[in-house]
Amino acid sequence: MAEIRLERVSTIFGKVHAVDDVDLTIANEEFMVLLGPSGCGKTTLLRSVAGLEQIHAGRIVLADREVTDLPPRKRDIAMVFQSYAVFPHLTVFENIAFGLRMKKMTGAEVKRRVEKAADLLHIGELLQRHPAQVSGGQRQRVAVARAIAMESGVILMDEPLSNLDALLRIEMRAELKRLLREIKATTIYVTHDQVEALSMGDRIAVMRAGKIVQVGDPLSVYNAPADRFVGGFIGNPPMNFLSAVLERDEAGLHVAIGGGRVVVSDLSSELASHVGREVVMGIRAENVEVRPGNGAANNGAVTARCLVVEPLGSHNLLTLSLGETQLKATTRPDDPIGPDDDVMLEIDPRRVRWLDAESGVAIGPAPEINSATTPA
Amino acid sequence: MRSQRLGWAPYALLLPSLIYMAIFFAAPMLQSFGLAFQDQSGAWSTASIERMLRDAQFQRALFTTVALIVLIIPIQFALALAMALVINARLKASGLWLYVFALPLGVSELAAGIIWFNIFTERGWLNTILEGFGLVERPYIFLNPQEPFWLILAVVLAESWRATSIIMIILVAGLQSIPRDYLEAADVFGATTMQKVRRVILPLLRPSLQVALILRTILAFQVFATVIAIAGRGLTVLAAEAYRWYGDLRDVHVAAAYAGLILLLSIISTILFLWLLPTREEQLA
Amino acid sequence: MTADARPLAAVPPERAPLRRRRAGRQRLVGRGLLYLVAALMALWVLLPVYMVTVTAFSPRDLVFLYPKSFIPVEISTDSLAFFANATGVIPALWRSVQVAIVTLIISMVIGAPAGYAIARFAFRGRNAYRLLILSTRAFPIVILSIPLAIAFIQWGIYDTIWAVALMHTALALPFTVLITSSIFVSVPRELEEAAQTLGSTPVGAFFKVVLPLALPGLAAAAIFTFVLSWNEVFAAVILTLRERTLPALVLTVLTQSPLPFRFAAAFFMLAPSLIVIFFIRKYLLGLWGRVVK
Repeated sequence: MAEIRLERVSTIFGKVHAVDDVDLTIANEEFMVLLGPSGCGKTTLLRSVAGLEQIHAGRIVLADREVTDLPPRKRDIAMVFQSYAVFPHLTVFENIAFGLRMKKMTGAEVKRRVEKAADLLHIGELLQRHPAQVSGGQRQRVAVARAIAMESGVILMDEPLSNLDALLRIEMRAELKRLLREIKATTIYVTHDQVEALSMGDRIAVMRAGKIVQVGDPLSVYNAPADRFVGGFIGNPPMNFLSAVLERDEAGLHVAIGGGRVVVSDLSSELASHVGREVVMGIRAENVEVRPGNGAANNGAVTARCLVVEPLGSHNLLTLSLGETQLKATTRPDDPIGPDDDVMLEIDPRRVRWLDAESGVAIGPAPEINSATTPA
Repeated sequence: MRSQRLGWAPYALLLPSLIYMAIFFAAPMLQSFGLAFQDQSGAWSTASIERMLRDAQFQRALFTTVALIVLIIPIQFALALAMALVINARLKASGLWLYVFALPLGVSELAAGIIWFNIFTERGWLNTILEGFGLVERPYIFLNPQEPFWLILAVVLAESWRATSIIMIILVAGLQSIPRDYLEAADVFGATTMQKVRRVILPLLRPSLQVALILRTILAFQVFATVIAIAGRGLTVLAAEAYRWYGDLRDVHVAAAYAGLILLLSIISTILFLWLLPTREEQLA
Repeated sequence: MTADARPLAAVPPERAPLRRRRAGRQRLVGRGLLYLVAALMALWVLLPVYMVTVTAFSPRDLVFLYPKSFIPVEISTDSLAFFANATGVIPALWRSVQVAIVTLIISMVIGAPAGYAIARFAFRGRNAYRLLILSTRAFPIVILSIPLAIAFIQWGIYDTIWAVALMHTALALPFTVLITSSIFVSVPRELEEAAQTLGSTPVGAFFKVVLPLALPGLAAAAIFTFVLSWNEVFAAVILTLRERTLPALVLTVLTQSPLPFRFAAAFFMLAPSLIVIFFIRKYLLGLWGRVVK
């Protein structure tokens, strides 16, 4: 059972709380992604779990063992570094075998484990070469093989794919995900790339300024961000945020936007208490339906003007102007709407994420997650 | 309570060096000042310093030392800069050029002095070349104690020859840290080589130049064996006087006074260079 | 070039190649000039060495030959043997070797750990220490040798190789500390951390990962320290009386020695350093480049 528990962990550098009172539990065999912009503390948190940074408050428990005061070598972990940290003076074989030799295993056992790990990473023929003689992508595989060979139950990865070129990265993403599932390790994976996070993680912990802002499975984080920061950070393009005043009439709650209105489908009292005040409407580009026209029919549709059309192959990304704000919407690739066209928007109220205008924090329960609208 | 894992480690690693420097550096330094301000009986007085100042050789030594420095430094820096630029131009076999230019690094003051004595001596190579080109009829006695001019010139050449490599290497390292983009931008904007050197390279080379200047000048104040090897007793410099008072005249106090003077001059020149060539770190930012 | 005011299409094709050719020729001339300058400077460096070598390898009487001949008239080890057999030379040579080796060892043993500390740990006082070490490079050896001579007399080690070695170590230490520190910096810290996550102790990580990678640079620094000590003359001549090192011995008898002796001496002092510098030439730039920082 390699469950990882982080209890009120804080790591301080000088006056800065790089990791600020973090609580997180990672279940056995779970793939947890720590996601956030640079400087948010995700790498520091990972290194704290590894024992490479000393924490100043809190506890770290690995597999029911408290490891808070233990040095890295006693924590039974394996780590893959962003720069791979493959030892230049050793062969690929000796690199992968390094940790095993530290454990004083027999030659036969070392050989078996090294070859097994090398096979899993498809670098079996490179074993006798030196790191300088193999490509960057292959060095990355050596780093992963070295960690896997330890068979330690806990694997920590610090942006292992960020130094690979784009195509290789996509390949390795799928390979890694499958591999880590096969070897049944509990994994903490740090990245600043939200696509990686969504594609690989069982759960994502979004971090900002040393704190965890939201933890959840990818779809939840995508469709029901806990605040404006998460909504803007996850998804490509970021979630649209429109401000409007919440009003009430006989039909219920709504906001008036762009000459039309968007009805509130959530009938919770939390949102109701915001009547008369400004709220923020968060809606993803793929949940904004765009139709040609200028709202002369006065059916309450929101009107906007199309500014830019970006044909992305699988869909078109439209940049629309709505008064002083802009938002993004997607349409089918053969949609005739072009720049400078007047359009009408249909926003599905069930997909809207309502946020408090001042704090940016979400109001009310999560919107429905429709499997038909998947992240772009 | 968090255990401070290995917080003491760096200090433990530094300690031996600090202790060593305290014993073999700080202590002797202070002692040296003490010695200089004592007279021969050990009592505090400025007698030793006065002895130094009134000594017949003092002015000659001071003058010669300063003259040497004033001549050597510019020559060396021009040479070193030229060498560094050549190395930086990446000619074929630049590794070989680097080794050749760096050869004098392994040459001691003493050996360099003897080498140039060999060249300037009456039956030496310089006379051979001069006579070969018909510039003189008979070998000229360059190393004549009555003609300090040639003696000083020979020492200047010897020291320039010997110590240019160190400066060249510092400059090459500095040159290589200049981002290529700056030089390419200068090219695109139409700069000639001379303009590039004056307006891009030299300013960016300032930190290296400053360090090299300060270092070389401090070392030049201690010039010793080169002078003896070339001029024997024909020339004297501060360090040689220090040695003479220590060894021949057996007065450690005056010797220490000379040493203190050398230190003082070193400090003054350092401050001078720091003032004349302030480095602006933001140049590379 | 302002001559190119016309659009390219307006330039008749026969004209264009000429401009390119001219520019190419300019570059060639510039390049040629560069090689000429390089050759001249190489000559400036090599000629004096060649001259003293030719003189040192002449029989004793031919040392006085005038005019000197660039092509050696007769090559002989006569002068060299004369020097080597002169009183006290071989022992002095041996003493120089001993002093240099001891200096190398002590300065590495004391300096490398300090270099490592500076490289790896961000501790309070780090900059102060670096500044301190840097500033000691500025202190003249003259001012240290004299009081140390007195101290050594009191301690009873005056006129021994230990005296000179200890002094030389003090000279070399700042150098050693700063160079080893930048050598260690060039070994990525992540390699040590990776070793630790794989089960190694911090000390183990140093010996298994850092040291093998730092070794070439450390060796070059050690050799440079050797040359430093081998060539040093002022402290050697103050701190010794009878047990002279080679430079000290040569200096004290120089003005009374016959010319063959002197030139042979120069060659003896020169040759080892030249050979050694050849072996570490790859690291020279790294060594002195780092020292500046």
